[in-house]
Amino acid sequence: MEHSDQPYKYAQHHSEAEGKKTRRMIWNMFWVLLAITSVEVGLGLVWKEWGINFHYVKMTFIVMTIVKAYFIVAYYMHLKHEKSFLKNSIIAPYILLAVYLIYMVITEGNFTTYMDNMF
Amino acid sequence: MSHTEVIDSKVAWGGGTSPFGAGYGKLMMWFFLMSDALSFTGFLAAYGFFRHNYSAIWPTAENVFTHFPFMHGHQPLIYVALMTFILIMSSVTMVLAVEAGQRMDRKAVIKWMFWTIVGGLVFVGSQAWEWYHFIHGTELGAFELGIGTVEVNGVIEQTQGIIGRWADESKQVLLLPWREVTGDLTSPYLTLEGQALTDALSNGEAVHGANMTRNEYGHPLFADFFFFITGFHGTHVFSGVVLNFIIFVNVLMGTYEKRGHYEMVEKVGLYWHFVDLVWVFVFTFFYLI
Repeated sequence: MEHSDQPYKYAQHHSEAEGKKTRRMIWNMFWVLLAITSVEVGLGLVWKEWGINFHYVKMTFIVMTIVKAYFIVAYYMHLKHEKSFLKNSIIAPYILLAVYLIYMVITEGNFTTYMDNMF
Repeated sequence: MSHTEVIDSKVAWGGGTSPFGAGYGKLMMWFFLMSDALSFTGFLAAYGFFRHNYSAIWPTAENVFTHFPFMHGHQPLIYVALMTFILIMSSVTMVLAVEAGQRMDRKAVIKWMFWTIVGGLVFVGSQAWEWYHFIHGTELGAFELGIGTVEVNGVIEQTQGIIGRWADESKQVLLLPWREVTGDLTSPYLTLEGQALTDALSNGEAVHGANMTRNEYGHPLFADFFFFITGFHGTHVFSGVVLNFIIFVNVLMGTYEKRGHYEMVEKVGLYWHFVDLVWVFVFTFFYLI
């Protein structure tokens, strides 16, 4: 069957020179991820002493997490360099459903407070 | 009618090749990971929902996970930061194995996959250690209040089921989890002492450690979510280690050398990075916030 030959066709290969470039990217990305994580942990330990409003700390954590997630998915999982058809069919359904769920939880989350006040 | 039209592959699919430019297995791995990511999104959203619902009495992770192996005292966040580092590191070794596979460098694939498996096992072990300490609890324990009331900022609150923690070993002062009542970060807890404490102690019971229904660190739902989310993630890590091991054995036997490509390493690599990705979110939402 023709189908069974497909993986050969799409399996990625690259040369020694390209490999060198890829490895440099991998290690650069590692330092970026490590730096972000260190800042997160450091901030988690000192925000009380420094008297920073927790609301800002929380937002910083969330933004940093999303940045980290972007780097992992785009570079380590290589999604940035896949065909846009593949990229979009993974990212679009996820973003759509995740944003919808978060929207629902935030808006409908008031309901429990409403119930508590009723009885 | 002849079929001689020229199709521009940039704007339309001409047939004969995959429009995704990826093998079947890799494509299905991506779809699986997408649906799995939605499951974890659901868990974390549910966690956030209940956390905000009980925000005044919810325990913070920095007061729960304060142990570090072979060290005494209060070491908040440090151990989980180390675990995070180990998982990121194993993600790096995994992507290096994938890169080596694309150069058909079997020796390097073996080396990097080996270290990935080691990293995964260390991570699972760390999680087991953390679970042990969470279930076992502290020597001091905590006290679950019975029926009664307490005044918080002029509002009368019910105390039943509220977990109070001892200020120190003398057990003279009980800290109630209504946090930041005075707006002063240096004394963020409401305290019970003297006669009020004696009254409270006659009506309630001591709690040690955490399980699905009791939790000495605070609200029982915190323990439930901790067991469920980190447990589900730990299961993923464990199955990732098993999958990595199977592929590792195949690499050792030269299966992919014969096949002419190391796409299988890339597929388990995707799964392994996903495990790391989920941990990035668990770390933020469970331990930091």
